Amino acid sequence: MNCEEAIRLMDGYLDGELDPITSQAIEQHLRDCGRCDQAYKTHGSLIRAIANATPYFKASVELRERIQSSLREGTTEQPLRNGVRGAQVLFHKRQPESRPSRWETPWNWLGLAAAIIFAAIIALNVVPRLQRPGADQFLATQLIASHVRSLMANHLTDVASSDQHTVKPWLDAKLDFAPAVVDLSEKGFPLIGGRLDYLDNRPVAALIYQRRKHFLNLFVWPAGSDAARGAKAMTRQGYQLLHWVDSDFNYWVVSDVNGEELQEFKELFEEQVPHH
Amino acid sequence: MPGYYANKIAMALPLITADASLTKDFESNRKIVKFVVVKKPEEQPTEELLPFEEAMLPHLDAAHNLAKWLLRNEEDAQDVVQEAYLRAFRSFSGFHGTNGRAWLLTIVRNTSYTLLKKRHAVDLTTTFDEEIHATGHESVNPATLLEHSEDAQLIKEAMDELPAEFREILTLRHQEGLSYKEIADIAQIPSGTVMSRLARARAKLKECLKVRIGMEK
Repeated sequence: MNCEEAIRLMDGYLDGELDPITSQAIEQHLRDCGRCDQAYKTHGSLIRAIANATPYFKASVELRERIQSSLREGTTEQPLRNGVRGAQVLFHKRQPESRPSRWETPWNWLGLAAAIIFAAIIALNVVPRLQRPGADQFLATQLIASHVRSLMANHLTDVASSDQHTVKPWLDAKLDFAPAVVDLSEKGFPLIGGRLDYLDNRPVAALIYQRRKHFLNLFVWPAGSDAARGAKAMTRQGYQLLHWVDSDFNYWVVSDVNGEELQEFKELFEEQVPHH
Repeated sequence: MPGYYANKIAMALPLITADASLTKDFESNRKIVKFVVVKKPEEQPTEELLPFEEAMLPHLDAAHNLAKWLLRNEEDAQDVVQEAYLRAFRSFSGFHGTNGRAWLLTIVRNTSYTLLKKRHAVDLTTTFDEEIHATGHESVNPATLLEHSEDAQLIKEAMDELPAEFREILTLRHQEGLSYKEIADIAQIPSGTVMSRLARARAKLKECLKVRIGMEK
């Protein structure tokens, strides 16, 4: 990252709209470059001051009432206001709608009903599947950001202990659920500690494991009743993600170790988790 | 005959009718005959109206604020917001998203631009003069600028000097706190353009503020 690039990305960074990797690169640059750091600080505080001081024009009560009554008059051709002004001509060239066809024949209604049912079937079956990847992509970005932050901000653990009987009570006291905590030292994934995190709009538990020189963040939170079973692996920005769900919890593990090792971790973890 | 379309004449009846309030004299051709047009009662709107109002009236302030910044005039802003709500109501059955505010703001934005274009507003885009205040404010340092940026009146004057597309993006980001993705959808520009446009808008706003501060001195 050079100064030119850092300045070009300044607004995106200050608005929190950059991906975690780019943000991290910028933070690195700002630590090294006093001029850019100063430029970011000056621009950031100016933006905040301007945003706070910009007058916000709320709607008057009269406007609210006018809109409500115009909606109740339906879409009949009422003039906007008593005064006649140019804008009205512009706005009320509504196309005559082909409403009458709705009254002509019951076949249309049958067709419409069939179309609605068909659309509903499609919506119920297909759309959730189409939407899931989008939601997962978004979550994946959050997970990676959280993983990266935990490694760079010197805040890997809130409670550093390789003892599962220390980590678990600590997490249980802070959360409204009690995640399973297991130590996998003997299997090559020693437990490092636990941390609270915030993901998917809720507090979650993060368990940190180590694999040689690498760290794994295992994020755990209660699974919804509709959660899809089965594991899912993803690679994003050079990180490996693996997701699975058991009877109680959602699990996402993020790391830079390879996919097979994550898979191995999942299997070891599941073996150790008490089933009920 | 505003309000009555030929294809909506349901029936032709003799002049005397039971419900005189629903009739209207209609003389298409005096030589032929005098008709009465029976207007079909409007379909009961409340079933659709209540969910619409519930979803959209909470965003009235946002709608008005955007229109006011775009049009810079209270009367126009009110007309545009009212028209936008009528338009939104007509297409509400086609709205299945979850982001009602962004959807409504898109309609408000488009309605505002229709009016701006009709008025031949010269400041729709930035191409006309990006360098309007190129000189005369070098003496204003960042600290002075920051100090003055709490002055609402000053910011309003400086904002009003900006082209519409800058006023729009600054409102959406600074006041509504919308994401770049939402802004791209509302302003109908590629997502990749949002950051650079926002940066240009902020730079331009700074410049306008500096000029005004410089003049005050």
